[in-house]
Amino acid sequence: MTPIHLHIANKSYPAAGANPPHQAIANFSLRLQPGEFVCLVGPSGCGKTTLLNILAGLDSDYQGSIQASPAAHPPKIGYVFQNPRLLPWRTVQENLELAQPTPDLRAIDALLAAMQLSAFRHTYPERLSLGMSRRVAIIRAFAANPDLLLMDEPFVSLDAPTARQVRELLLSLWQQRPHNVLFVTHDLREAIALADRLVFTSAAPMQIVSEIPVTLPRNQRHLNEKIEVFRQHLLTEHASIKNLL
Amino acid sequence: MASLPKFSVTYIVNLLQKLLPIASLLTLLGFWQGLALLLDSSNLPPPYQVAQVLWRETESGQLPYHLGATLLRLVASFSIAMPLGCAAGILLGRNAKADAFFNHWLVMLLNVPALVTIILCYVWFGLVESAAIFAVVVNKLPNVIVTIREGARVLDKDLLEMAHCYQFGARKTLIHVIWPQLYPFVMSATRAGLALIWKIILIVELLGRSNGMGYQLHLYFQLFDVASILAYTIAFIVVMQLIEQLILKPLEQAAQQWRR
Repeated sequence: MTPIHLHIANKSYPAAGANPPHQAIANFSLRLQPGEFVCLVGPSGCGKTTLLNILAGLDSDYQGSIQASPAAHPPKIGYVFQNPRLLPWRTVQENLELAQPTPDLRAIDALLAAMQLSAFRHTYPERLSLGMSRRVAIIRAFAANPDLLLMDEPFVSLDAPTARQVRELLLSLWQQRPHNVLFVTHDLREAIALADRLVFTSAAPMQIVSEIPVTLPRNQRHLNEKIEVFRQHLLTEHASIKNLL
Repeated sequence: MASLPKFSVTYIVNLLQKLLPIASLLTLLGFWQGLALLLDSSNLPPPYQVAQVLWRETESGQLPYHLGATLLRLVASFSIAMPLGCAAGILLGRNAKADAFFNHWLVMLLNVPALVTIILCYVWFGLVESAAIFAVVVNKLPNVIVTIREGARVLDKDLLEMAHCYQFGARKTLIHVIWPQLYPFVMSATRAGLALIWKIILIVELLGRSNGMGYQLHLYFQLFDVASILAYTIAFIVVMQLIEQLILKPLEQAAQQWRR
């Protein structure tokens, strides 16, 4: 694991049809410490997914740099997209093996067991529920053994109990295998439950408004009332973030 | 015994469904027989007479020899046209500049009559086997390219991004992401291709070869031997149906097993 420093000086989209040119990100600098879980919280359409796509190497049309120090090469990425993006014609196990640089069945066995999916290793994704598919997508990101794990609202469109279950499984997995995580969400309660640090961003062009460490002990993160108290405390202490939610 | 009525109804419905294609075939044969009896002309021999010719030609070894020659040409031209067409189709479907450059060539090739290509190939390269195969490939290639290009244009961008993100590389992306999505288009090009190729091969053989189905059909046309013409045609249709049932359908089913 290495610290990762990213600086996006400018990311703009040119005019397209009736849409004028649009600056998505401006002067955005963030440093991720090894094994740190960072949640990016900001208004809808502010450029969070654009930032993740830049980090994942899916968008190279920007001004700035991404560095995994001390290595010179760009960081290896695991990306949990908003929809699971599993290959429907490959089984769960095959989907996981493909994400690994060299196939490692023992690692896959352990990850499947941690996410309670061992019984579904030979199942095709179309036969899984949405919650299970999202768990497979999370496993895939871990299976790639990345330097940086990106998560773009991975629990969106899940019902509350399923989202909570998957969140707890994710947290347990991350605590066993700590990676640098950049997690995008709209949900402040979810962010408090997961993060070491919250990064609040403005509307487009996206900039950092505030960075707040989550001081709530990890052994209390499963308690809704503790999360709610911490949330209220944040909203009282940092009035500026109210408008971003 | 109490379950007999339920069993009987299901059994009869299933049986009727299975018998339907056979009933359809028998109706066609009956219609043909009736028409042949009505016309009473050598221009439309009855089915049993065609069956006799079919048996005679098979026994003499003539039909297997000529059918084999045509099938070899079909396999050769298909084996060249499909991989080339798939590669070119993927290139044009994924690369807008290449597509813009080659699109007019493609439209032109699609509109050149098969007969013209065959004649030109024979004139330029002589009445040789390679010219015959080349002519068939040139006729088939544009159709494969157009079909595969359509498939390559609608590849799932999300999955391609995922593959890029997880560093699949070109080989893994082609095998596990692109090919399964192109598979229905490849099957479509294969089916249409086989049907088209064998028809073109007949013309190629008719114009410039000394064996094959086309050569034999030409011979029997000169003799006005309709029974032999029909016998050879039926033999080839049967072979094509066997290819469909024994090769193409199982391949398609195997590739679709992941669907719910």
